Amino acid sequence: MTQQFDNLTELHQALVNKDLSATELTQQTLTNIHDHEDALNAYVTVNDDEALAQAKQADESGIDADNVFSGVPVAYKDNLTTKGLLTTAASKILYNFKPVYDADVVTRLRAAGAVTIGKTNLDEFAMGGSTETSYFGTVHNPWDTTKVPGGSSGGSAATVAAGDVLAALGSDTGGSIRQPAAFNGIVGLKPTYGRVSRWGLIAFASSLDQIGPMTQNVTDAAAMMNVIAGRDERDATSSSKEVPDYVAGLSGDIKGLKIGVPKEFLGEGIDEGVRDQIKTAIKKLEALGATVDEVSLPHSTHGIQAYYILGPSEASSNLQRFDGIRYGYRTPNAKNLEELYVKTRSEGFGDEVKRRIMLGTFALSAGSFDAFFMKAAKIRTLIIEDFKKVFDDYDVIVGPTAPTPAFGIGAETKDPMTMYMNDMLTVPANLAGLPAVSVPAGLVDGLPVGLQVIGRPFDESRVLNTAFAFEQNTTFHELKPSMSKGGRA
Amino acid sequence: MAEEPISRAEVEHVAELAKLSLTDEQASKFTSQLDEIITMIDGLNEVNTDDVKPTTNMADATAILREDVAVNAHQKDALINEAPETEDGFIKVPAIIDESEDA
Repeated sequence: MTQQFDNLTELHQALVNKDLSATELTQQTLTNIHDHEDALNAYVTVNDDEALAQAKQADESGIDADNVFSGVPVAYKDNLTTKGLLTTAASKILYNFKPVYDADVVTRLRAAGAVTIGKTNLDEFAMGGSTETSYFGTVHNPWDTTKVPGGSSGGSAATVAAGDVLAALGSDTGGSIRQPAAFNGIVGLKPTYGRVSRWGLIAFASSLDQIGPMTQNVTDAAAMMNVIAGRDERDATSSSKEVPDYVAGLSGDIKGLKIGVPKEFLGEGIDEGVRDQIKTAIKKLEALGATVDEVSLPHSTHGIQAYYILGPSEASSNLQRFDGIRYGYRTPNAKNLEELYVKTRSEGFGDEVKRRIMLGTFALSAGSFDAFFMKAAKIRTLIIEDFKKVFDDYDVIVGPTAPTPAFGIGAETKDPMTMYMNDMLTVPANLAGLPAVSVPAGLVDGLPVGLQVIGRPFDESRVLNTAFAFEQNTTFHELKPSMSKGGRA
Repeated sequence: MAEEPISRAEVEHVAELAKLSLTDEQASKFTSQLDEIITMIDGLNEVNTDDVKPTTNMADATAILREDVAVNAHQKDALINEAPETEDGFIKVPAIIDESEDA
């Protein structure tokens, strides 16, 4: 395959026209992935044989002209279960785990004809913002391999940015889709809480987790949402609300759109280069016919504090199930059952996971429950109310996705606190359950910056259309790392 | 809040509750890190939350009922195969009481 494809529509057309077969496409994708793996370490598992078998099957049954994912390779974050295919959550405790069922999002994409190309690397159990806590090693940023790709969906972001695949799935508990999307110059959408089924997502914090698309452009993210969104009776939190056609919703017209820019999102702690780039982006939205006002989300500055109580509390509960009995790692040297639990967990979990389990156990323990867990749950209510007030008068909220561009590998791992502060701009949308996208907004010192657009619950269409209008009137999404074979020199 | 948000003894207690054992070095490191994190999150106390209701559930629906019908997923063998140790179709675990240490 010598020609390159910038988006799913072009690729789909080539498959329909038989300019290339699904098998050729998958073969080339696998070659590209392996060529990049030494530099990126974006995958825990590359699904070589099975992906080729799936592609062959797509060729034999014929490419579905009405289905943009027919015969197209898709990468899944390795905390999404894939039947019979290793699913580790980047943890030693699941180093050998082969699920007996597919996640709902995987089932939907497989039904749409997507080829499962592999399972992408992440921070262990999605706990981190740099993909450095993986048991399977650090992921590198394709723009500069001395930098982190962000996290926790760092592998998905890196493989999309490197041009290996056009579409990957990530999960976002406190920014884990949007921040790596920003750091890699791609599009990442965290849908509304309840919009996408979490059946088969290895749970981190169940009141915050959402699965969403990571793609090279907004249209492809919308196309992916068309497949993965909707009610699933196996996830009781998934919504029955009708799923609109997200691609059809991309008019590119934002005349009269009312945009609020929270002053808290451009204040202290935001890198100057990022701030300038975002201010320029906001002027662009204004030039396209939107009205822009400064607004305030006064409690959002407490988002990090609430998040680092609620997230770990839920995690400490969710991760109780990893005990070495039914699946995964089991310590070889336990004399009795109690020792089996303790040694399996102590040997199987990495430091960041242990830190969060202990933090959560502490926040939920007698004597701390009211002071920490309940306090944070009340702050969460105040954060939700702040958003509601702004959305009474404004259609979307915009600001930066992350306070800085990608930082150096190893720069923040020694100090968890510095790492946690990176999430300040992304956690509010999780705490309030709102849809939010990161879209490329240029470079600072050669590294990508993301513009974040947050919307009302279930208003993904408007969020995506705002990002689309910005994308179509800028050239930032055409910037690609030199490693990407789809780069336009 | 006390001057020291969390002591080493508390960290060791919390680890025990979470079924984790820590080396000396880990206990020291986690104590200072958790101390710093808890000091940070304790900043929430600056905010007045009198009369504020907590949010602990984001789902917009309440209980959804379904027919109470048993379904055989025919996955027993596949599930048992995932267990680290099995015998005769059962998951095998070590003794609950360590007999080797019986007096």
